[in-house]
Amino acid sequence: MKRRDFLKKTGKAATLAAVTGGAFWAFDGRQVHRYETASKIATAFEVPPDPTLPSLVMARNEDHVQAMKASLDAIGGIKRFVKPGERVTIKPNVGWDRSPEQAADTNPLLVGAMAALCFEAGAKRVVVTDVTCNDARRCFLRSGIREAAEKAGAEVLLEAEEDFITADLGGEMLTSWPVLKHFVETDRLINIPVVKHHSLSSCTIAMKNLYGIIGGMRHQLHQDIDQSIVDLAAFSKPTLTVVDATRVLLRGGPQGGSLDDVAIKNSVICATDQVAADSRACEFLGLEGDKVGHIALAGKSGLGTVDYNAAGFKELG
Amino acid sequence: MSARTVRNLRRFSQLLFFGVFFWLILKTNFEVDLDPSNPSQITLPYPVSIALQFDPLVALSTLLANGTLYKGLLWSLVILIPTIFMGRFFCGWVCPLGSLNHWVSEVGSERRKRRGKGKIESNRYHKYQRIKYYILLFVLGSAWFGSLQSGVLDPLPLLARSIGTVVLPTIHTSAVGVVGWFKAIGIPPVGNAAQAVYDLIAPILFNFRLVHFHGILTIAFLFVAIIIGNRIFTRFWCRGLCPLGAMLGIFSRFAIFGLQKDEKTCDKCQLCVLQCQGGDNPDVGHAWRQAECHLCLNCQATCPQGSLSFKFFPEHEKTKENPLPIVKPDISRRKVVTSVAAGMVAVPLLRSGGTFEVNANPRLVRPPGSVMESDFIARCIRCGQCMRVCPNNALHPTIMESGVEGIWTPILIPRIGYCEPTCTLCGEVCPTGAILHLTTEQKVGDKEHEPNRIGTAFFDRGRCLPWAMDRPCIVCEEWCPTSPKAIHLKVETVINREGKEVTVQRPYIDPALCTGCGACEFACPVVDKPAVYVTAVGESRSRENQILLERSRTRNRKEES
Repeated sequence: MKRRDFLKKTGKAATLAAVTGGAFWAFDGRQVHRYETASKIATAFEVPPDPTLPSLVMARNEDHVQAMKASLDAIGGIKRFVKPGERVTIKPNVGWDRSPEQAADTNPLLVGAMAALCFEAGAKRVVVTDVTCNDARRCFLRSGIREAAEKAGAEVLLEAEEDFITADLGGEMLTSWPVLKHFVETDRLINIPVVKHHSLSSCTIAMKNLYGIIGGMRHQLHQDIDQSIVDLAAFSKPTLTVVDATRVLLRGGPQGGSLDDVAIKNSVICATDQVAADSRACEFLGLEGDKVGHIALAGKSGLGTVDYNAAGFKELG
Repeated sequence: MSARTVRNLRRFSQLLFFGVFFWLILKTNFEVDLDPSNPSQITLPYPVSIALQFDPLVALSTLLANGTLYKGLLWSLVILIPTIFMGRFFCGWVCPLGSLNHWVSEVGSERRKRRGKGKIESNRYHKYQRIKYYILLFVLGSAWFGSLQSGVLDPLPLLARSIGTVVLPTIHTSAVGVVGWFKAIGIPPVGNAAQAVYDLIAPILFNFRLVHFHGILTIAFLFVAIIIGNRIFTRFWCRGLCPLGAMLGIFSRFAIFGLQKDEKTCDKCQLCVLQCQGGDNPDVGHAWRQAECHLCLNCQATCPQGSLSFKFFPEHEKTKENPLPIVKPDISRRKVVTSVAAGMVAVPLLRSGGTFEVNANPRLVRPPGSVMESDFIARCIRCGQCMRVCPNNALHPTIMESGVEGIWTPILIPRIGYCEPTCTLCGEVCPTGAILHLTTEQKVGDKEHEPNRIGTAFFDRGRCLPWAMDRPCIVCEEWCPTSPKAIHLKVETVINREGKEVTVQRPYIDPALCTGCGACEFACPVVDKPAVYVTAVGESRSRENQILLERSRTRNRKEES
């Protein structure tokens, strides 16, 4: 072997050894990838309380949009809740692939009208979204909510895996959970639930609707449904709760399907106190707020007033 | 028009048809707008399975297997009748898998083995090219006996299946991985740029969400083998194995369009053989094989002497140096009989096993609207369109769940996705009627009509939270889409470990109401092996696979009337 070849070969081998060693050395001591550590995030979107106004108002009207507008005006009007230039996220219940008359999803008229009101109040951006149970594309399509929201100029965003952020919800049951970022990265959150029967929590109205802001293994939440609903309600405080009791699903909830289970009530409740709103709205299902597990627990936890009359309940028309 | 212009026309045609085929597969996707006048009926905006309806082998084999021509299968005559006059123009100008093979064969093929003498030798007619006729006759024989196997190797279903369940999902998964990797580098602009590129291509190429298909490795294996085959022999698949090519070869027996060779001007340079796609001996000195020619017209375009020309009623004098074309496929009568007989015998052989009738897999849950199993096997061409269009990723290719005979036919796997109650897209895209196109009303049922059922759910009480662990959970009941719900709850008082009385709501199934959609199995919080699961019993399509007496009775009465 020539000296030149010897040097060349030795040089190559030494380079390879150095690169290999260097690469391993660079990664030595790195942490094994563990669960993402979640941080707390701010999700209080409420407006300051106004003692001159009731904290919930119910209006009845066969024109559902008028019912919503009347009750909204009675608790301060949209301008109290949405300021010019703000980003607003609207959270209807779009859980299921059902048509509007089946009352499994929020009334699309209310969603569209609310989006339009937000724009009138000067909102910069209005997003309508939900973490659905059935396929999101079908749910938004068949519920009529996509069409209504888009007509009003709102953006309908379907959940995508990369849009979830893992957050510390700081609850008793709910600690680290994935939250859809549209419910966090916003200035105002308007919850528009529909009133439905539910076999485990008796009813699903405003606070239960907040299940739709999180992803992950939410089917496990049913093992302690009252506490997990209350945890969510403590985590996410909407600016405004608009309860859609225009049609109420009395049985076979939360998915329904049969028109025999739907009662027409033509009522809308606008509230700043979501516990009081739930407490009043559950009466449409023949329930009493203090006897419904999660509503009573929410009252005890200081999230709101179960005795809605004490919260200044006002009924119009 | 010069020979070269014609060749360019062919290249354009190949690109065009491949593009159309690919685009149709991309559009076989839940990408729909609601018709406000009929909000309960969601349909696709394009007839996405049209390409498969142009396939003459699909038409002929399904006609043999079940005696009917479904929906648009008559369109296949648009391919078949011109073939009788022109020859296998489909293979060279139209077939998307043929074009893919053409490109893979030609791109950068200048390797030692594939140049000069070696390539000329490999491009001559070889006896292995007969295999495709055996395959064709075999599948026609088994189709005649009621088992449709043509789809396994028919190029259009094969390509639709491979792109839909293998290629696109694989690209999607890798794209997600690459974007994740760029984001993990930790330099925000790099991650954002990667995400921007992803967001740009995702709506065109990818599904709404990442899909997973059961058993696609077997599909991938065949597809990759076909692609790699091109690197060994030019268009190995098209020359040697393709049953559709064989069928078109047989139908071109009396073609009036063909190759005319001029012995006088030919200087035996053999450039034509070098460029030949079909392996059909285009040079002077060998007999041209009409049934093998793809009509790519390379030989005519490349001939420096102008000795070769494709024309109607070609004629040249037969000489020792310049023999007349051989118009018949190279297959003896004895082999024809043997192949058909083998195909026929294969059917009873496959069905004498237990899986077809007496011991069918209980998890063989077919898509909604599927016809009875014997008819299903006589119709399904395994094109995978139903799997691709399913919005919930519920439909998957089988491996062995329906036996060897039913490989790659659709099966519903609720753990991955359940059947969306009002969705009827799988039946809409099915090109052969294995899955009938139901209306939403037919699927969901109403007061007079039974819903379409695909199975029945059962509880595994040893794994169910309220049954085995005294814990509350009603998720299956919540998800049950029938009205009234097939899953109902009974409040029961039990003594727990501490000796305390606790009340739980325990779920029960009402088999008279369950449609087998699998929403309960999908949603069950016992993740790895759900405490509620669906088996096929009770499926509307079967007369025997029933539990309930009254359903068998109403069914028989309906059939009598």
